[in-house]
Amino acid sequence: MHEKRIRVLIAKPGLDGHDRGAKIIARALRDAGMEVIYTGLRQTPEMIASAAVQEDVDVIGLSILSGAHSTLAPQLMKLLKEKGMTDVTVLLGGTIPDADIPALKQAGIAEIFLPGTSTQDIVDFVRRSAANKTC
Amino acid sequence: MYRARRWTMRQFAGFGSAQDTNQRFRYLLSQGQTGVSVAFDLPTLMGYDSDDALAEGEVGKCGVAISSLADMELLFDRIPLGGISTSMTINSPAAIIWAMYLAVAEKQGADWSTLTGTLQNDILKEYIAQKEYIYPPNPSMRLVIDTFEFGARHTPKFNAISISGYHIREAGSTAIQELAFTLRDAIEYVEWGVRRGLAVDDFAPRLSFFFNAHNDFFEEIAKYRAARRMWHRIMTERFHAKSPRSRALRFHAQTAGCSLTAQQPYNNVVRTALQALAAVMGGTQSLHTNSLDEAWALPTEFAATLALRTQQILANESGVTSVADPFGGSYFVESLTNEVEQGAWEYIRKIDGMGGMIPAIGRGYPQKEIADASYRYQTAVDRREKIIVGVNEFKVGEKPLETLRIDESVRQSQIGRLRALRASRSNEEAHRRLSALRKAAEGTDNLMPPIYDAVKSYATLGEICAALRDVFGTHEEAAVT
Repeated sequence: MHEKRIRVLIAKPGLDGHDRGAKIIARALRDAGMEVIYTGLRQTPEMIASAAVQEDVDVIGLSILSGAHSTLAPQLMKLLKEKGMTDVTVLLGGTIPDADIPALKQAGIAEIFLPGTSTQDIVDFVRRSAANKTC
Repeated sequence: MYRARRWTMRQFAGFGSAQDTNQRFRYLLSQGQTGVSVAFDLPTLMGYDSDDALAEGEVGKCGVAISSLADMELLFDRIPLGGISTSMTINSPAAIIWAMYLAVAEKQGADWSTLTGTLQNDILKEYIAQKEYIYPPNPSMRLVIDTFEFGARHTPKFNAISISGYHIREAGSTAIQELAFTLRDAIEYVEWGVRRGLAVDDFAPRLSFFFNAHNDFFEEIAKYRAARRMWHRIMTERFHAKSPRSRALRFHAQTAGCSLTAQQPYNNVVRTALQALAAVMGGTQSLHTNSLDEAWALPTEFAATLALRTQQILANESGVTSVADPFGGSYFVESLTNEVEQGAWEYIRKIDGMGGMIPAIGRGYPQKEIADASYRYQTAVDRREKIIVGVNEFKVGEKPLETLRIDESVRQSQIGRLRALRASRSNEEAHRRLSALRKAAEGTDNLMPPIYDAVKSYATLGEICAALRDVFGTHEEAAVT
């Protein structure tokens, strides 16, 4: 049977312009056979939610190194819910203090990836979360 | 570094409100740092006031929030600008922040002609790597050359630009790319200055540079040595500079933030010390050493102090300051210097062939080189061909680290301050000066005087940047992965 490719949106929310990590993850996921759309810089949560709906993605990967994660990530989750995108897996990577992780997961972020994570770990996580949904 | 003049210990600092940062500056100065270096928050870097909708969640998180001259006055409270070299890491709104700094200096009674310090003001590397651009390249370059012209006339001891490779390296470039793209950016600035009609020896002595101090000890030293040699050749042969001060490359260095790990953060103290040693033995004029908690948050006071002590131990206890260029004549370092230099010339030739750095940026050339280099590096780390201690080898169960927390109270307080500012200034005067600025921006006059006028009327950073945005438009990059 022909398998549908996993569709991923890699997004840079807020004013942060540090895109090294986002670009590497986008490329790694593409190399792993996924369809990846990279939003580019300085996306508002509204822009990201709209793109996610438009592109009908399975996964959203957020990259935030600016410290604005506690504001922007929950805002995005709220917008996704309002737009009926309740099945999408949202991941977050960047400069995230340990202490902030529980609240982010509470807001619906599936996993937070800290500096030092290997790209393979992210690929595996995305594949696992996609597999868990097809049943 | 010179034997008779130690490098400036200049710790990059900034967080929260102007008061918070002022306190950290005064603390670091009391602990022996010899220069000030200002880190601004993302809204400020992008030309937005703290009360802008786009500033939500971002105020004071990456640096200090500066929305007006009033904030700048608090920032330098009890810091005599006439006596302390001050560096400001600001790019797209550099002219505006510089105008605020000059206004504070004037208020303090300092003579502009004695002011020392540096304005980063390097827009080309924003398009290439740091991505904090607002306006398109041509008007942005116009603003930069306006500052060169203004500086040559009014602030002869102040470095109008810090042509940077640090950020290029942090984005994942190789050492050779860092060197090549920085020098080619410099060539572009000199060309624009000369085209403006400035005599090269009038502004080149105040061009300064900013390099990364990364892990590969010998390669970094070779890079700095190659940089000096190449700049001398570029200024002599390409631009016919007569003054030795135009040909001497002076630089600030910062130890590599991207090399620091979230895992086992105390290992970072060691990384920073080794990188700082390379920068000093490589001849840096000014140095920032990173704090151990950089991968997690902005530095705590403890971490920032330890970073400063690292420099002080190097300077006072290691003995390496007793000789300049100690690796001169080393068979290995000389060979490596030649190799790095050759690699950099190749890139410069290639970019010349594209018509210069601005066309190269338009094609995405340096951006793609950097993206490819960063992906190769990550692949090597993932495959454990490159070992990072504590990350892909020698791992332990991690304990959480106490870090600096900045909350939304900074934004709230800034909103209040801006409301009060707009109520207490002459809004008529501020708007008149903003209109005058818009008009000047449409022409070819030097924009520093109208920017200075606007700043003095307490027009906000956001208002001034918006006025320029009206005339210049904004820059969008084609996302390259």
